[in-house]
Amino acid sequence: MSAPSTDIAVIGWAQSQMVRHTDKSETQLLMSAITDAITPLGLQRADIDFTCLGSCDYITGQAFSFVSNLDAIGAWPPKRDSHVEMDGAWALYEAWLRLQEGDIEIAVVTGSGRSSTGDPALIYPMEMDPYFLAPLGADPLTFAALQARAVIASGIADERRMAEVAVRARGTGNVESLLAEEFIRQPLRRHDVPPITDGAAAMVLATGDRARQLVERPAYITGFDHRTECHNPSFRALDDSPSTRIAAEAAGLAAAPVEVAELQAAFTHEELLLRSVLGLGDDVTVNASGGALKENPIMASGLCRVGYAADHIFGGGNRALAHSTSGPCLQQNLVCILEGRS
Amino acid sequence: MSTPPVAVVGVGQTHHKSRRLDVSFGGLVREAVFRALDDAQMTLADIDAVVLGKAPDLFEGVMKPELYLSDALGAVGKPMFRVHTAGSVGGTTAIVAASHVQAGKHRTVLAVAFEKQSEGNAQFALGSGKGASLGAGGAFAPFIRAYIQRSGAPEHIGWKVAVKDRLNALKNPYAHLKIEDISIEKVKASPMMWEPTRFLESCPSSDGACAVVITDEAGGNAAAADGRPPAWILGSSSRSEPPSFPGRDPVRPMAALQCAADVYSAAGITDPRRQIDTAELYVPFSWLEPIWLEAFGLAEEGEGWKMVDDGTTELGGALPVNASGGVLSSNPIGASGLLRFAEAANQVRGAAGEHQVDGAKVAIGMAYGANNQYFSTWAVGSSLHPFD
Repeated sequence: MSAPSTDIAVIGWAQSQMVRHTDKSETQLLMSAITDAITPLGLQRADIDFTCLGSCDYITGQAFSFVSNLDAIGAWPPKRDSHVEMDGAWALYEAWLRLQEGDIEIAVVTGSGRSSTGDPALIYPMEMDPYFLAPLGADPLTFAALQARAVIASGIADERRMAEVAVRARGTGNVESLLAEEFIRQPLRRHDVPPITDGAAAMVLATGDRARQLVERPAYITGFDHRTECHNPSFRALDDSPSTRIAAEAAGLAAAPVEVAELQAAFTHEELLLRSVLGLGDDVTVNASGGALKENPIMASGLCRVGYAADHIFGGGNRALAHSTSGPCLQQNLVCILEGRS
Repeated sequence: MSTPPVAVVGVGQTHHKSRRLDVSFGGLVREAVFRALDDAQMTLADIDAVVLGKAPDLFEGVMKPELYLSDALGAVGKPMFRVHTAGSVGGTTAIVAASHVQAGKHRTVLAVAFEKQSEGNAQFALGSGKGASLGAGGAFAPFIRAYIQRSGAPEHIGWKVAVKDRLNALKNPYAHLKIEDISIEKVKASPMMWEPTRFLESCPSSDGACAVVITDEAGGNAAAADGRPPAWILGSSSRSEPPSFPGRDPVRPMAALQCAADVYSAAGITDPRRQIDTAELYVPFSWLEPIWLEAFGLAEEGEGWKMVDDGTTELGGALPVNASGGVLSSNPIGASGLLRFAEAANQVRGAAGEHQVDGAKVAIGMAYGANNQYFSTWAVGSSLHPFD
């Protein structure tokens, strides 16, 4: 509806080491990530007015798993606090709304997950419709492969361009040898799918004046929206992502060009589809970070996209897009626009 | 308040039962949603965004159910947001939904919360599936014993709360437990579960859902002009504190005191005991009523049990608590907090039916979660300036 009346900016962020498996607990990962995010800003935990954590009990393998993470935010004295069972990018969205109420100035949001402790093929079918889809046991690779087929059929992607995305994202390998590999779910090969990653990220937000006091060049959030779609992939046109399009429109993507885009594309074809839906031309640098194909800390992956987009602004850039997603075949999508000001 | 006014214009809930085998998850939430939309004289087309709350996904075995429920909730093409703050989640869901409107992002937002506990084993999930779970009753019993020891309250206080809330439930068509012959003797004779909490001093395990339509000032005024009184949100807060360390007081948690202070300050409440007409407090075990009366400033420290003893908190008393029958009568965990917020709203709208508190102008709804760590509360009023 209306544009935010209060300036709200990302002023810093940090992430844990992104590894295939860590023996550290989620709380330990968050403890370091939060400290690393606030310390360079000269802030302490007591300066944080609001916290919102994003994590998933099923990834952690424990009900109420986020409760122990209160130790990481240092919620004493008690904090204004919330938790979303979503990627940290949505925790950011809640904090962005909350800061607009104008009574507080600084928020910290996090995303965290240790995917290494479970088997994705067993866990992810449980996010499907419990009556008609979960019993089929279809795993994320299977759904992704169905979407990849649709995206290839529509001409938005082909196996070669998908391999090119993988090589660029990971900075290793060559297209010819990747294309010689076996399929793991046709048309997906090993290089088309994300790694399993344990990790956490923390981000600091501040309202206008406070942000300008704390950093030279805040990354202002000038547009923020997320949308969902019909759940069952078989009822969707899988070669499109209307929820991404609506979110981008509502976030004001069209108002000015972006220089960089960080897309939460865990599969190669998703990057090509999202680029197409968002209308990102060759002049836009996509996923210079390597994206979720390089490091995919579930529940933090989207927040890291916002973090890398903010880095572009901190480094002097003018406008950047960050995207996050949830659900099978990009069911739910979030778009955040960050801008710098001279 | 510095933020624009926000109002509740529609409230709906399901009939709560041990097992709602007649409905799917989607059917359960839609039952609450359409009652709320009918109440607001709206359709799903009027809803700009949906906020869904529920307790752990392990309760039902459906991970991130907001994905599957997007269709049932009419959220396709809209923002769909999922909150989970332990037992307080239903309350936090309402607060986050209100935040969408307060921030000027959306005009009308639907807050929905549910639990379908019959699909799984909550006791098992509460112990993270590791077995040997104390359950909630076992976790809270030491806090209750500490309260009794500190306050010197007599043992019949817990029994009285249990009887009061079950009598109130007889006036609430949606309540799960309907114990027609409830009495002190019956509570006293029920099995000891977790000393000093007896079976009939404990909440049931329910399937149920609740939905609330929250809209902006223009929407609230339009409803009022149409003869459908809104509930204006006067203040709200969510506060959390860490699990355990020396110096934390789970009987009088700092997070609860601060949550109350946030809400009262925003709402202009300086004398909660007199300015609040009725309260819906999250009381899953009977002794939590005096504990929360004190933490939320409705009684002096150590005095809450006397308000139970002298009938102040009965329907018809000076400060009725849980006129709906409360969590002791219906407990779909994820929805229980939103039910408290919704019942408080209905009281100031004059829409509580047979369990209406006469002349209620200001009410609070409160929810808590984990080991007395997560607190969410709102104050609602029949007008934006109820104390003028």
